[in-house]
Amino acid sequence: MSEEALHRQLGLTDDEFAHIPELLGRDPNEPELVMFSLMWSEHCSYKHSRKLLRRFPVESDRVLQGPGENAGVIDIGAGWGLSLKIESHNHPSAVEPFEGAATGVGGIVRDILAMGSRPIALLDSLRFGELESSRSKHLFTRAVEGIGHYGNCIGVPTVGGEVSFDERYEDSCLVNAMCVGLVRADRILRAAAEGPGNAVVLIGNRTGRDGIGGASVLASAELSEDEDRRPSVQVSDPFTERKLMDCCLEIADEGLFVALQDLGAAGLTSSASEMAAKGGVGLDIDLDLVPLRETGMAAAEILVSESQERMLGVVLPRDVERVIAICERWDLDATRIGTVTESPNLVARMGGEAVVDLPAGLLADEAPLYDVPVEPQPISAPLGPEELPSEPVDLRATWLEMMGRPNLGSRRWIYEQYDHLVGANTVVRPGGDAAVVRLPDGIGGVAITTDCAEVHCELAPREGGMATVFEAARNLAVVGARPLAATDCLNFPNPEKGPTGWRLTEVIEGMSQALEALEVPVVSGNVSLYNESAARRIYPTPVVGMVGSVDPEKALGHAFQGDGDAVVLIGYGPRRLDGSEYLGARGCPPAPDVASEIALNGLLVEANDSGLLKSAHDVAAGGFAVALAECGMPGDLGATVELDTRSRADEALFGEGSGWVLASCSSENLARLTALAPPEVAVRHVGQTGGDQVKIGLPASTVSASVTELAAAYEAAIPGALNEH
Amino acid sequence: MSRVVITDMPRAEVLDPQGQAVERALRGLGFDDADRVRVGKRIELDIDGPDPEGAARKMCDALLANPLIEDFHVEVV
Amino acid sequence: MSVAVVRFPGTLDHVSALAAVTGIGGQAQYAWHADDELPQGTSAVLLPGGFSYGDHLRPGAIASRSPIMAAVRRHAEAGGRVLGICNGFQMLCESGLLPGALIDNDSLSFICHQADLEVVDDSTPWTGDAGAGDTLSIPIKHHGGAWFGDAEAARVVLRYHGENPNGSVERVAGLANATGNVMGLMPHPEEACDPLLGSTDGRALVKGLVA
Repeated sequence: MSEEALHRQLGLTDDEFAHIPELLGRDPNEPELVMFSLMWSEHCSYKHSRKLLRRFPVESDRVLQGPGENAGVIDIGAGWGLSLKIESHNHPSAVEPFEGAATGVGGIVRDILAMGSRPIALLDSLRFGELESSRSKHLFTRAVEGIGHYGNCIGVPTVGGEVSFDERYEDSCLVNAMCVGLVRADRILRAAAEGPGNAVVLIGNRTGRDGIGGASVLASAELSEDEDRRPSVQVSDPFTERKLMDCCLEIADEGLFVALQDLGAAGLTSSASEMAAKGGVGLDIDLDLVPLRETGMAAAEILVSESQERMLGVVLPRDVERVIAICERWDLDATRIGTVTESPNLVARMGGEAVVDLPAGLLADEAPLYDVPVEPQPISAPLGPEELPSEPVDLRATWLEMMGRPNLGSRRWIYEQYDHLVGANTVVRPGGDAAVVRLPDGIGGVAITTDCAEVHCELAPREGGMATVFEAARNLAVVGARPLAATDCLNFPNPEKGPTGWRLTEVIEGMSQALEALEVPVVSGNVSLYNESAARRIYPTPVVGMVGSVDPEKALGHAFQGDGDAVVLIGYGPRRLDGSEYLGARGCPPAPDVASEIALNGLLVEANDSGLLKSAHDVAAGGFAVALAECGMPGDLGATVELDTRSRADEALFGEGSGWVLASCSSENLARLTALAPPEVAVRHVGQTGGDQVKIGLPASTVSASVTELAAAYEAAIPGALNEH
Repeated sequence: MSRVVITDMPRAEVLDPQGQAVERALRGLGFDDADRVRVGKRIELDIDGPDPEGAARKMCDALLANPLIEDFHVEVV
Repeated sequence: MSVAVVRFPGTLDHVSALAAVTGIGGQAQYAWHADDELPQGTSAVLLPGGFSYGDHLRPGAIASRSPIMAAVRRHAEAGGRVLGICNGFQMLCESGLLPGALIDNDSLSFICHQADLEVVDDSTPWTGDAGAGDTLSIPIKHHGGAWFGDAEAARVVLRYHGENPNGSVERVAGLANATGNVMGLMPHPEEACDPLLGSTDGRALVKGLVA
């Protein structure tokens, strides 16, 4: 095999390959070339997105750690920081959904752990093809099992997330995992290695041939028809991860880590080069000291193995013994494998000889950066009346059919496979808008959500990016929370082809404008490109994870609380069928209005702080009729409402807009709530709770269904779709 | 040194949901002749000593099998 | 006088279990699986939930053979109170301190939701003021929670009310030994001790450790 063929096989372009000797002053040897190929892959270097990501707002006076570390950290007061990060594990999950999703959870947990934080909550944002497809059924059920298996076994509650099913994800499913952790603000750990002479200690699982080349092979190229890539998929070991958590946090509590980093994509290569480059130092590693699970592993294999459940720590020489003793107490391997050096080089030795010796910064920071084509594309136009289908004759039947769609129905089948309660702090459980988790020591609570308006992003990317961020913020506002920080996972098709580069740019612009208006910084993130096959290209899917602060005693749920309460519709702007779940990806959904969004969230939080609200729920996919049913079902409570509208009946019931919320309050508080409303936001009293029927009066007709039959359709949505052959 | 294989099966009277699920799946694939499917586990280990079978039985009693729900079979290969 | 909350590798619920004991005014401290003795002053033992040893081999099997369990057995045989929750219940059955065994849910899936439990036997120290027939709302979260054994011969304390969530024989959710000082259950009373979390029905069981 010629050298030229090897670099191409490893995924480096001819130009990139030619650039290495210019930087290095010599040709790379084989292990070095493998390391370059992984570190310069899209997955590790973000070479096609890095320039665009600079647009995101990343600063606020609460940011303790912004992008660039294993996770971001935001100040939540009383000396505590909240760390957060979301990451994709899309390609591994498409190849082996159980292990792919499970190791995705494991990876994000270790990112949080690397900040010295205790993981306190997990969320998962999932996209699959429609459940009529047996392949999508398999991917979906196994990914959910894998997430549950891992999260349940490590004792971190999986409190939320979202899922939707669309033909566009048939070939490229998305599995994004988010983790939130808690850390004392003065105890945040970082990856930068420091102090020449300090010891480099590898903790956790032994190293095998798992996932070799995973980073470049799996995450940086489109998946072909040939799905036989199983050998390079990593196997998860959540029991070891839990011990790793307990052990590393114990070491961190004793203040023994100078630096800490997890081993993820590209394994030791990535961890060691990033720790060295960030600290402006070198690392000298003896590969003969790395505990191996298999015999006969070559230097390059040890350097890029993606064996899971491993962490790399830098500790003072005098603390090595103590660190290893703590690890032994947890039945974990811990081995001093190297030393921090003054030279900026990453050196790896085997059999006493240096098999790798190059400046760490070349791997970590010198990957070529590319511009993506950003030729402006036409934005989809709103649908005219003549372009809409005729109104359904039986609105009630349509409503029940909608309630039973996998995209709108109950997520119970998913979240009841996840331990969402462990830790005894889950105040608002999954099934509503944002989850609320109580924090220790009486320091309050955190509301957490993940959201994405992918169809909107496809039809009008800038507005879709804004809508994504505002939906996340609104999901926090309806539980009574003020937003603090965001993390994002940009899942896109190949940015070098078609309109994707432009859409990526536009989505980032829209998200950034919304985040700036909300004063919410992005503190961490991840990009997953090339989510397309020859036949299908995913929607632009920029998943946003957002955290907010909330008093857990005041956290609001979405369920109606009792008979005779006022049902109130709060919001602004039109609701249309364009881009809705009812109609599909056609037309152009209403664009969010920045000032109105801010005013709406402000009203919700203020009203809840003043004790005026009994429930609040985002009117999202499925529109008003689905949202109203969702408020009634948990408490088995009906409602009678009147919608005074000039819209067609299906638009009034199922149309989607940006900022609408369905709330309830006692009739005594209705006047106070209305008086609080700022000029941008309408507060409409539309009816009252009670009875066993949900009745929606429209100018020309009344649609009515019992809570029982709505719930039956809603609960059967996902199990029903899975049981159909 | 002997290689010992221990087969650990759910006892006949114990519900075996895995076996039932596999049986349903096989029938679903058209294997109508599949019947009474049981799923157990197999443990392989090396035992050094004069009575590997006896040693393996002791290990089963001490840890490897739960006699309330599992039957085990020891084979020295 | 203190409740020993035992930690094994993979134990997950020790923090909430300890908080539940202190929340009702009791004292508690952690005990370590590798120790041969319970901490000084131990008056009762709580084996909390989790995935000790990753549930490998059988849930609770490896933990039930660890050094601390010999001390737990001596404590129980001397009449001391022991409460095993979820994985702790699995350990108690594996160690023979309670009858029967826990096998996989009939759904083969992990299940996590609030469950209604019916008090069957109100004469043990574990159900407080609740009378036979009363129901308690306590979450369940497990993959291997179906109890298998002779329910006629066992001292069944709690039974799932309504639908059987996991295929447990006679809907058994929790049971005690003949003398009533050792109790195991799959539901999680430590997560039902705080009104903010929706139910305080778990307090009765936790009080059994300190009463």
